[in-house]
Parts: sequence; structure tokens; C-alpha cells
Amino acid sequence: MAYSEKVIDHYQNPKNVGTLDKAKKNVGTGLVGAPECGDVMRLQIEVDDVTGTITDAKFKTFGCGSAIASSSLATEWLKGKTIDQALTVDNMEFVEELNLPPVKIHCSVLAEDAIKAAINDYRVKNGMEALQFEDSVVH
Amino acid sequence: MLLVLISQHLLPVPAIIFVKYQVKNMNLQLPVYLDNNATTPCDPRVVDAMVPYFTQQFGNAASRNHPFGWAAEEAVDYAREQVAQLINADPKEIIFTSGATEGDNLGIKGVFEMYASKGNHIITMNIEHKAVLDTCKHLEKQGAEVTYLDVKPSGLIDLAELEAAIKPTTILIAIMYANNEIGVIQPIREISAIAKKHGVLLFSDAVQAVGKIPVDVKADGIDIMAFTGHKMYGPKGVGALYVRRKNPRVKVTAQMDGGGHERGMRSGTLNVPGIVGFGKACELARLEMDKDAAHTSRLRDKLEQALLKIEEAYVNGDPAHRLPHVSNISFKYVEGEGLLMGFNKNIALSSGSACTSASLEPSYVLKALGLGDDLAHSSLRFGLSRFTTEEQIDYTIEQITNTVLKLREMSPLWEMYKEGIDLNTIEWAHH
Repeated sequence: MAYSEKVIDHYQNPKNVGTLDKAKKNVGTGLVGAPECGDVMRLQIEVDDVTGTITDAKFKTFGCGSAIASSSLATEWLKGKTIDQALTVDNMEFVEELNLPPVKIHCSVLAEDAIKAAINDYRVKNGMEALQFEDSVVH
Repeated sequence: MLLVLISQHLLPVPAIIFVKYQVKNMNLQLPVYLDNNATTPCDPRVVDAMVPYFTQQFGNAASRNHPFGWAAEEAVDYAREQVAQLINADPKEIIFTSGATEGDNLGIKGVFEMYASKGNHIITMNIEHKAVLDTCKHLEKQGAEVTYLDVKPSGLIDLAELEAAIKPTTILIAIMYANNEIGVIQPIREISAIAKKHGVLLFSDAVQAVGKIPVDVKADGIDIMAFTGHKMYGPKGVGALYVRRKNPRVKVTAQMDGGGHERGMRSGTLNVPGIVGFGKACELARLEMDKDAAHTSRLRDKLEQALLKIEEAYVNGDPAHRLPHVSNISFKYVEGEGLLMGFNKNIALSSGSACTSASLEPSYVLKALGLGDDLAHSSLRFGLSRFTTEEQIDYTIEQITNTVLKLREMSPLWEMYKEGIDLNTIEWAHH
């Protein structure tokens, strides 16, 4: 199976690989997936408390090229968005942007889940309730 | 001749573009092929032997009444001797097939049907190739009782467990000679001694072993054995089933009805050019096996020792009982398919990761060794050949090392490991 050029580009030149300081109150961390399943994504966002805007995003991913590309793309998309805008990101947008084949759709779902998990972590840290999401259907 | 044929081809033929690559003053042709357990290239000497049988000696080996048929029959007889010699069999014990999947089906189903009056129990193990496992599953629906033995973490069968599994109704033990993913060689002689002691037939899928290590059906005590041409520098689509004729005389029920070719056990017009190529490949393997094994094992050991210098890298399968050209290594905390992507334009390899398959299940062979799914997902399988060069191995070492290190920088699991976090204590969101 050949990868799309966009997946290859993200894999070769991943954007925003790294770690934000988990201890900071304005940093939200989402860790999704499992080693046994062959993919684990950790997505972190740093939020401007005043504007509610995501000022920085970092990821680390254990997984295939599509998982790495999906998380790299997620960090790119998140920067500059407000939390509310970030919540509207849908996994199918990853599928379209990266041309993911059907067997790789779970990578896009994982990326969406990672975004939601990071936002919830940020919300809980800052005294808000965790949002309830419907279970992803594609897993 | 071939060039003319290709130029007249009407459809575009997909081609691999080989590139000369200059690394540290080494001449290297890319991509490097290290997936020789999947298939090997044909040896040019094999192709040379086959070519006349397409256009000149094209006869049907069953045509008894003219020179074209005679020439084909003679060529098949010669190849049958070449094949038999490689495994120390009598030529009459060689049944030509389309490959090892057919051989596995014919051998196992054929025994089950032929010996139905003696019993219905088959013993096999859970790291067999799917061609054996799925054949056994099929037979379960036909009334067979099948025992799937576990293997030890080394990949070796437990002989005591094997013997304990034998019952009065056992008719067949089906144990592979060497495994395709980890290269572990089973103690075939000990297995056949147990089979003999209990009057049970021994079938072996020897696809990965024949032509690579000495296989002697007499000394090994194998009754039925499947092998194939394309894993030993022969053509695809041709293989053989060895069926013992003496001590005991074994018969298998044909699985295809037709003209009664191959002593009635395998009907169908013989693939003469393929059989000629397979015969030549067997002859070359017999003459060059020692040289090939010395060459591949030296390069395999070099590759393995270099890659094991990477932290948290582990060899899968017992290194003391292994094919000379195979290595299977897990690089913990990086995922196999992601790892392959770092170099798979330039190095052809397989991974035990299942990310490529729809099931998302990693290799059942590695799991059977007791590896966690994470290690199974992180594995690469290397299969070297007589054509593998030192430059290719040096290049592979460099590329894999770089990619592992790069992906670990990107791996949250590696970061946790380095921080001393036990990954088993984390509650993962399974999906």
C-alpha cells in the first residue's frame, strides 16, 4: 500500500514533535490508544487563559506513518484555534486532508480523540467539567 | 527473445526502478531486497534452463506419441531426480504441485481422507503457516479433531507435550521444518522418532528449510513433506510434495480429479518450464548450500549484532536453532509499520506489525512465543539471500538505526520508558 504524499511529508518532516510541561495549569494533555493496538498518541495544547486560544501544540506518537501524520497535522490545525473551534475538528477532515485509505481511518479517529482528551484535561485542570463525547463509532 | 516479447507487450508493465547509490565510496543498487522469506529472485541459471521449454520444447509431458512429448517427459524426469536428490528421496516419491499451499492441502487433507478408517486426530502447532492451520480448520468441519500445540518462548515445540497429545485415533503429526517469520528450526528427528514410536505419520511443511539447510527425508524420518521453488531461487507456481513409498508406504487421496497425473495423486498438465526451473534450483541449492549458508549467516550475524547495539532491541526466536539467513528483531517502543516507512522505498522488509492488515492483529507467530502485542508490533523480519551483499547490509544497518532513533524521539512510550514509568501501570484507552 502506497502512502499519500502528504502522509509521507508529515512522516519525514513532522511538525511540532515534543513535550509541553504537564505541570502547567494551562497545558492540557491527551494520551489515547494503547501499545497493544500498535498506536499511542500524546497530544498537548497550551492555552492562553485570557483569550481561550491554543498558542502551542506538541505531539509524540507511537504508530504507523498515518498515525504520525494525523497527529502532526492535528498540532498544525490546533495552533491559533480557540478551544471551541478545536472541538469541531472531525476525524473525516484528517481522512480527506491526508488521503487516508479505509484501513487507516482509525488513525484519524485517534487524532480526534486525542484533541478531545487534551481539551478535557485542560478543562478539568481549570475547574471545569469534562465534556462528554459520544463513543467513536469507527474503532 | 525476451526483450522482443516485452516490447510487444500491450499493457504497461509496472517496473521497479533500480538506482545506483553511492555511499561512502560503496556501490550500492537500491532498493535492497531483504524479504527472501516471502520469495526469492530466480537465479539467472534457473531462468536460462527454463527458457527453451516455453517456445521450443513446449510439449505436454503426457503426450506419449511424439518427440515434443518425449522431450517434455524427459525434462520432467530429470527435474524429478534433481528435486529428489536434494532431499535424499527416490524420484518416484516426488509429486509436482503448484507450490507449498497446494502441498500442505494435498498432504494433510489427503492423509485425513486416505486414513479415515484409522482415526481422525491430527496434531499440529500454533506457529504453522496459515496454509497448514487453515487446512486443519477446514478438516475440523469435516469431522477431524485437531490439537494445536503451543510452542515454548524459544519457538521450539515441547516434545513431551507432543507425545502426550498422541491418542489411539491420531493419524498425523503436522509440524513445520522451520518457521517463516522467526526462522526457528524444529527438532524434526526427535519428532519423527515420537511419530514412529506411536505409528503416526509425520507431515512437514519444509518451505523455508529445503535448499537452505540439509533436509534428508530418510534420516529425518519425514513421511510427507511440502516445499516450493520460489523460496529457493526457483520460479513461482511450482513445488513438490514428497510422499514416502517405503517404511511405511504412504498414500494420499487426490484433491483434484482429472487425468491421473503424478501417480494419480495430482492431476493436471505438468508445468514443464516451471518444473525444469525448480529442478535446476534444487540442483544449485544442493551444490551451493554450504557456500550460501556461510555467506548469509555471516551477513545475518553482522546485521543482527549491529542492530542489537540499539537499546531495547531483541531477537525473536531461539538463535541457536535458526535458519542461517533469517533474523527477526523487535525494536521496543517503535511501531513496525512506522519503522518500515522510514526506508521502505529503499529496503524491502516485512514487519510483524498488523497495521497493514484490516484485522489490526499483530503476528500470531510472535504472540505464540509469548511476546506482548507491543513487541510483536515492533518487529522486523530480515531474510537474506545468496545475492545479498555486504554493502546492502551496511546500508541497512545505517538506515534502520537512524530510523529507530528518529522514531523513538517521536515516541511517547520511549519518553515514558526513559522517565522510568512502567507502561503496564498505565490505564490505556483500548480501542
